[in-house]
Amino acid sequence: MSRIAEKFSELKRARRGGFIPFITAGDPDLATTELLLVELARAGADVIELGVPFSDPVADGEVIQRASERALRNGVTLCDVLDCVARIRPRMATPIVLFSYFNPLLQFGEDNLAREAQRVGIDGVLVTDLIPEEAESWTKKLREYDVDPIFLVAPTTSDARLARIVSQASGFIYAISRAGVTGPRADLSNEAEALTQRIRKVSALPVAVGFGISTNEQVKSVWRFADAAVIGSAIVAEIEKNKSDPNMLGHVGNFVRDLLRPGEDRHS
Amino acid sequence: MARSTINRSEPDEHGHWGEFGGRYVPETLVAPLEELTREFAHARDETDFWSELEQLRRDYCGRPTPLFHAQRLSAHAGGAQIFLKREDLAHTGSHKINNALGQVLLARRMGKRRIIAETGAGQHGVATATVCALFGLRCVVYMGAEDVRRQALNVFRMRSLGAEVMTVNSGTRTLKDAINEALRDWVTNVRDTYYLLGSALGPHPYPLMVREFQSVIGREAREQILAQNGKLPRALVACVGGGSNAIGLFHPFIGDEQVRCIGVEAGGRGEAAGEHAARFHSGLTSGGGRVGVLQGTKSYVLQDRHGQIANTHSISAGLDYAAVGPEHAYLRDAGRAEYICASDAEALEGFSLCTKLEGITPALESSHAILPALRLAKNLSSDDAIIMNLSGRGDKDVQLVADVDLTVEGDESHR
Repeated sequence: MSRIAEKFSELKRARRGGFIPFITAGDPDLATTELLLVELARAGADVIELGVPFSDPVADGEVIQRASERALRNGVTLCDVLDCVARIRPRMATPIVLFSYFNPLLQFGEDNLAREAQRVGIDGVLVTDLIPEEAESWTKKLREYDVDPIFLVAPTTSDARLARIVSQASGFIYAISRAGVTGPRADLSNEAEALTQRIRKVSALPVAVGFGISTNEQVKSVWRFADAAVIGSAIVAEIEKNKSDPNMLGHVGNFVRDLLRPGEDRHS
Repeated sequence: MARSTINRSEPDEHGHWGEFGGRYVPETLVAPLEELTREFAHARDETDFWSELEQLRRDYCGRPTPLFHAQRLSAHAGGAQIFLKREDLAHTGSHKINNALGQVLLARRMGKRRIIAETGAGQHGVATATVCALFGLRCVVYMGAEDVRRQALNVFRMRSLGAEVMTVNSGTRTLKDAINEALRDWVTNVRDTYYLLGSALGPHPYPLMVREFQSVIGREAREQILAQNGKLPRALVACVGGGSNAIGLFHPFIGDEQVRCIGVEAGGRGEAAGEHAARFHSGLTSGGGRVGVLQGTKSYVLQDRHGQIANTHSISAGLDYAAVGPEHAYLRDAGRAEYICASDAEALEGFSLCTKLEGITPALESSHAILPALRLAKNLSSDDAIIMNLSGRGDKDVQLVADVDLTVEGDESHR
């Protein structure tokens, strides 16, 4: 059983909602990314999504675009991200999902990437702009190396496509809460619950809901119907806001703990 | 109904030409792309759709555009006869209207009331704003800040036509970033918005659809050259940014194996990465393109070794783009089309020659094809013909060219 699958069955046994934070690797720098990974795990992350910076992040809103730009200005490459995971792995058991656009992975090579992901201890890979129709050889490669291919489904995804997507996925299904780019929204769309129910009909895989989630209330409301909540932009914005503060890690940790408070509410 | 019967160079059902093309997009966009693919497939088979389009092409755009025998340019070259396909005479001043009209008819069929578009030089933005005015649709055009600066006239034209022009300040502030913003808008407003993409780029079905709407150029040119010169041309020459005017000219000739198809990319001001937009020229020091994925399609892409998209430069905003349409990548690797490049300086020289010798001021984009066409003509006999696509008119560039002339006055090293 993969580390991701184990984590979700542990959550299920504990009847607890999962929490999946996202950060961009190399924002503000790689050394801080390592510390942030440890801090996020300590603050309650069940799985961590680690973003590979890309020059043209079409699915991202301004907050994550700026994080990507900061990382690229530091010259952060996919190799650096892999090295970062390799260094942190002995100190941290939390599953890590690599979150990337396709081109950097394509240039690295499908086989190389799958092998390296397994070697450094990456548990899943989610490619924002790779849909199942284009992903067959890619998915096969990841499976060969016991890395979970994670796929996105959207409120616009038809039932026929949904079946096709879940048949290629493992680990968990990432349900996009609403049509749009990443970034906070005032209300959690009610599309997320309907989408989660559609996924449940065709798959036993855990469902994580993301895009637009930034408050404690939204997290709790996701836990009522899904297995985990993904929070990206809100955390990245916190990193950005405190990037020159020596106690940035503390601020981010507190922000996350506040998102997850109070503890007893995590029981569904 | 004048439709191409040539079956060569057709993509598979997922929009792949060999390894190129396809659909590399966030999942949210798959549903609207599938809807568009279905709608286009239906429209493609309907006589009514094409007859409405034909009528608009004739009465609104002024098609067919002439094929003009450029005798003084031909004499200057001293070889083959050069014919100019006068897309500059189409309504709005460039070939972009061909695609905008076709797609707006699709958008209407689909009941979409809000149209978004990206633009580089502004010609596609103007064409889109124009068809939206014609049909009373809301229009939002994304344009990089750098292009807003160098194509101020077209920004004014779009606003006069009632379009909202959104200045894009992210990334390199050019066409690529305008496409990113348009994609972000589309993914957010996917249910009521139609994305009217302007070149033979992006996810399936855009490269195929744009080619089909632009192929009117090559179909007309083929009939015209046969009527005027009694035989097929030896070569076709067209500038290639995304590549819509070039594929529109080439496609109806693809089955005529003796006709060379030559695309001209922007050589910019140097061979180093970031100084040009020559995707096919891997010989260039460090900036040559490799197969990659950008903005929904797999093709040749200028990028660094880590897969980050490279900066580009061209004096012409319309050629200043890091990737090339996937069908061009396919035709190139299949050996059916050839791609060369022309520098900023060569484009300026072409601009000046065509203006002085023929009284036709070409867009800086189209100007890239002029010197290569002259060189090619020189090595052919006077019985031969070549067709150069004069894809747009140069009014929008006159100010920019005047500024360059002022800058280089007294600088003899310029050429």
